[in-house]
Amino acid sequence: MTIGVLAVQGDVREHLRTLARLGVKGRPVRRPDHLAGLDGIILPGGESTAMWRLMTATGLADAVRRAILAGLPAFGTCAGMILLARQITNWPETFLGVLDVAVERNATGRQVDSFEALVTANGLGELPAVFIRAPAVREIGPGVRALGRLGDEPVLVKQGPLLAASFHPELTGDTRVHELFIQMCRKGEPWQHA
Amino acid sequence: MDKGTYRVKTGFAEMFKGGVIMDVTTADQARIAEEAGAVAVMALERVPADIRAQGGVARMADPQKIREIQDAVSIPVMAKVRIGHIAEARILEALGVDFIDESEVLTPADPFHHIDKWGFKVPFVCGCRDLGEATRRIAEGAAMIRTKGEAGTGNVIEAVRHMRLLNDQIRRLQGMNRAELISYGKEIGAPVEILELIQEHGRLPVVNFAAGGIATPADAALMRMLGCDGVFVGSGIFKSADPEKRAKAIVVACTHYDDPQVLAEVATGLGEAMPGIPIEAIPETELMQHR
Repeated sequence: MTIGVLAVQGDVREHLRTLARLGVKGRPVRRPDHLAGLDGIILPGGESTAMWRLMTATGLADAVRRAILAGLPAFGTCAGMILLARQITNWPETFLGVLDVAVERNATGRQVDSFEALVTANGLGELPAVFIRAPAVREIGPGVRALGRLGDEPVLVKQGPLLAASFHPELTGDTRVHELFIQMCRKGEPWQHA
Repeated sequence: MDKGTYRVKTGFAEMFKGGVIMDVTTADQARIAEEAGAVAVMALERVPADIRAQGGVARMADPQKIREIQDAVSIPVMAKVRIGHIAEARILEALGVDFIDESEVLTPADPFHHIDKWGFKVPFVCGCRDLGEATRRIAEGAAMIRTKGEAGTGNVIEAVRHMRLLNDQIRRLQGMNRAELISYGKEIGAPVEILELIQEHGRLPVVNFAAGGIATPADAALMRMLGCDGVFVGSGIFKSADPEKRAKAIVVACTHYDDPQVLAEVATGLGEAMPGIPIEAIPETELMQHR
């Protein structure tokens, strides 16, 4: 099994390290041809606008969208969730637009308001979570399940082969969310490069 | 809910990796930087090249300026304080600046100490020329390091010098036993516990960007090839002929630094780069890196 990590910008290394700890081969994805043969792709934390500019500069944006629409499992953390979202309530663009949620960018405000907290997740128990200028999920489509919550707010959501967290499981050393994603990649139907 | 923890600070810095942080002096420049794909902007009154040319005491930017830039963009906004200027830092923290650069580009305020950064919720980035400086700043609570280079010169040689030196010193640590490590710590003025961390991981425990003299996409790629996590570009963008195009090119070069085809493409037709200064032409007392 090989899982790609979008590697145009962001905390790529932390995701690759987490995959390695779980015995899964990780591959940095910088160009469209790096997608071939992947069993899943992680969209890491970073700056979503910067990542998107870099993805569109090389045709990677379209290639990733096509792959996800063809069934490639994807997991976005923080900026990665924003890339996946169908709508961004406070930004004029939509990026990949494949996950049926509306998110608000930088919903927790500036960096001084970034925080750590425990998140309660279905089937995973309590997870230590780091929220950094985190997005908030404002609307959830009918096909999307909120797996994890902070108070009442959904912070970990799943829609078929798509998983997204508004926090950074890759920063904590707790591997349970990644394990869940790896399971989703195992179960997934083999997808075809469209 | 814990705010301002070290993990929240260093974790934020991890999100900048692979990216470009651009100096801006107006809201318009900030928007150009965001549109080009900058991961953050550094809000300034004057870019380093102008500070160098105009002389005088360089201080924290006017809060009005910082607010204008915060209102203009959605990406993080950084700002600089003078070395050791605790009050300027408290003001920037109150303004909700996302990261503070305790910077040698401004005129130092404290001849004895840097800021004790542990007492702040806002994270700090600090400059270094070598491992000793890097580890002292980390001991003071810096959540991110950047090599200093020589700001405002458009000349990359000092950035390269500092990155090479840092790499060489980190490599030397690898073969040392504990006694040697303690002696080495004394020699370079580095706290031993932090040296041990670096020895264990083979790298600094925080994100390290390059800064000071980066003016072209090739410069950015060079610094990435030398192992930095990303770059700060100060005067290099808005002192060039076509800032928009150059900003985009540097962003792409920073990501695709190991792909010469992409570099050749983005380096094409950018117009004049900023005029540079040979380091030998700068009097020793005017070098910012010694601050």
